[in-house]
Amino acid sequence: MLWACLRFPGLAFSAAFAATPEAGPSALLDHKARQRLIAATNAEASSLGVRRGQSLAAARALCPALEVRPRDPDAEERLLTELAAWCYQFSGHVSLVPPNALLMEVGASLRLFDGWPVLAERLRSGLVGQGHAHTLAATPFAAASWVFAASADGMVLPDHEGVRRMLGALPLAQSGLPVATVTSLQAMGFRRLAEVIRLPRPELTRRIGREGVNWLDRVQGHASDVLPAWQPPASFRQKIEFDAELDGSQPLLFPLRRLTRSLANLLAARDGGVQRFTLALEHARGETTHVVVAMAAPQRDAERLFELARTRLERASLPAPARAIELEAAELPVFRPPVRDLFEPVRGDGLDWPTLDERLRARLGDAALRQIALVADHRPEYASRYGKPTDTVSSPRQRRPLWLLRRPQPMRPEPAAVLAGPERIESGWWDGGDTRRDYYIVRTAQGQHAWAYLPPGTLDGWMLHGWFA
Amino acid sequence: MNAIASPTLAQVLDHPGIWRRSADRQPRVRALATGWTSLDAKLPGGGWPQGALSEILYEHDGLGELDLVMPALAALTQEHRRVIFVAPPYLPYAPALAAAGVDLRFLHEIHAGSTEAAWSMEQCLRSGCCGAVVGWLPDIDYRSLRRLQLAAESGDACAMLFRSAEHAAQNSPAALRLKVSNSDEATYVDVLKSRGLLTTTAPLLRMRA
Repeated sequence: MLWACLRFPGLAFSAAFAATPEAGPSALLDHKARQRLIAATNAEASSLGVRRGQSLAAARALCPALEVRPRDPDAEERLLTELAAWCYQFSGHVSLVPPNALLMEVGASLRLFDGWPVLAERLRSGLVGQGHAHTLAATPFAAASWVFAASADGMVLPDHEGVRRMLGALPLAQSGLPVATVTSLQAMGFRRLAEVIRLPRPELTRRIGREGVNWLDRVQGHASDVLPAWQPPASFRQKIEFDAELDGSQPLLFPLRRLTRSLANLLAARDGGVQRFTLALEHARGETTHVVVAMAAPQRDAERLFELARTRLERASLPAPARAIELEAAELPVFRPPVRDLFEPVRGDGLDWPTLDERLRARLGDAALRQIALVADHRPEYASRYGKPTDTVSSPRQRRPLWLLRRPQPMRPEPAAVLAGPERIESGWWDGGDTRRDYYIVRTAQGQHAWAYLPPGTLDGWMLHGWFA
Repeated sequence: MNAIASPTLAQVLDHPGIWRRSADRQPRVRALATGWTSLDAKLPGGGWPQGALSEILYEHDGLGELDLVMPALAALTQEHRRVIFVAPPYLPYAPALAAAGVDLRFLHEIHAGSTEAAWSMEQCLRSGCCGAVVGWLPDIDYRSLRRLQLAAESGDACAMLFRSAEHAAQNSPAALRLKVSNSDEATYVDVLKSRGLLTTTAPLLRMRA
């Protein structure tokens, strides 16, 4: 077993500033403290002297332009879950350690990912790409990984004795023991963890309590950790609420990118795709605009999902500024990557049909792309319809025109010659669309061949119905 | 004597920059057989040029202008290559299409206005996943025609454009231009322009009596 621990020091910050990117000095307020204390700051704010634990008034005095948001524990949990979904592609056992850490068992994945250095690099570059600051450590004991992720970023220790040695050298403050225990131990004169571990067990229990001893056992791998394995959910629903109303589609793109990336992370975890999702934009007075994004085949690529959603969103007309955006995907079908012939040369843009189909649909609308199906019906208007073609219907034996007029129209001037006919078509009494016509193939004065009909028993009143184009 | 210094006459003539007028050395044009033997014989490469734009200029609807392209399109769909109809003027009629041998599963229609139609046609051609793209763009200009020709080259697709015969006198970047006209109750096909064809005054082909 090799447990990798990822800690995200900036998670609370990212979660609170999910809707709009922070601009300028910003800080986060602790939601629990009675006094309003600064819980985290961005680089700009800390360069101006704003520190963690300061009161809001002091911070405002240092930096009047400071933008402050309260912590949002729900959003933090969602973000952590989202990161778990992303990590799930590297390990079958991912466990959430609130508020801001993840543990994953990577021992079983090492061979698949060509060893730890490659895997670590993929984890890091993926997280940097998503804009998450993180620290990483891996040891055979989950608790120890969690401790080292905080104190020794990048550390990997595969052997048990090495871990115990390194733990011994840790200052007490970094041991993961509760702050109160650490303070009392320091008061007794202990400095390093090794000194505490060396104590006899009854003595140790008396000093740091059963909880503390239990923790030390887990860190050293003497007691096993029970870590609930995270399971990817079967559907996706995520909402970002804005502080201010956003007008037009342009400002919505930033939260939209976040949502589609989050969806893509879940899809990667599930090894699934998405074929249809809905964007719901909430306006004032409870109004909601729904934008449906549908694809020809399941997709999972974050960039493509974003592009498709963006095209649809830009085409949609929003009646009012939006207050929140929600992305919902009820079904996450199995994703089958496109198969390309190895020996077929890639032509042009090298798109496959589903991609082209989506691109066209995104710009022209769903109704613009159609297929033509043959229907077993004697009436000319019903023998062809728009829809998915099947190959079960056989074509009629008589000659039929390639072009059919949308509606028969009087033929002027009258045909110059009759080439074939009449063919009596009499059908449809059962569904009210009763038809009784004599069809002829005729030639006009310009030499056009047309499909025209007369009501039975008459010789004028030619109706043009098609062209033999 | 040095062999490189004095190449043989055949080697000299092989140089791509040298053009010889001779019947057995037709320039290589990759083409899609039209299915009309008399027309194939007239066209360089023996059919619709692939990776190029072909224009079919017709005087009226119903002269058999679509019949001209149907065998080639049917052959494409039977090979499971996609054929796209962009902005057709009437309803493409399934019984006749099926009778012509078209596999309807590989035929798509795009319904679009004139600017969107040119855009869609270009996208389909450029994508590289369509066998042929057939468009009805009555008011397309020279620049758009040029774009279509380039898109067809890049995607190696067969582009076919139907326009009114009034445009016959205008300049066009298309690789092949055919005019479909009628006289004496018969339809004639006239090759107005063809890349790689030596004589432009090919005799009219009588297609439909």
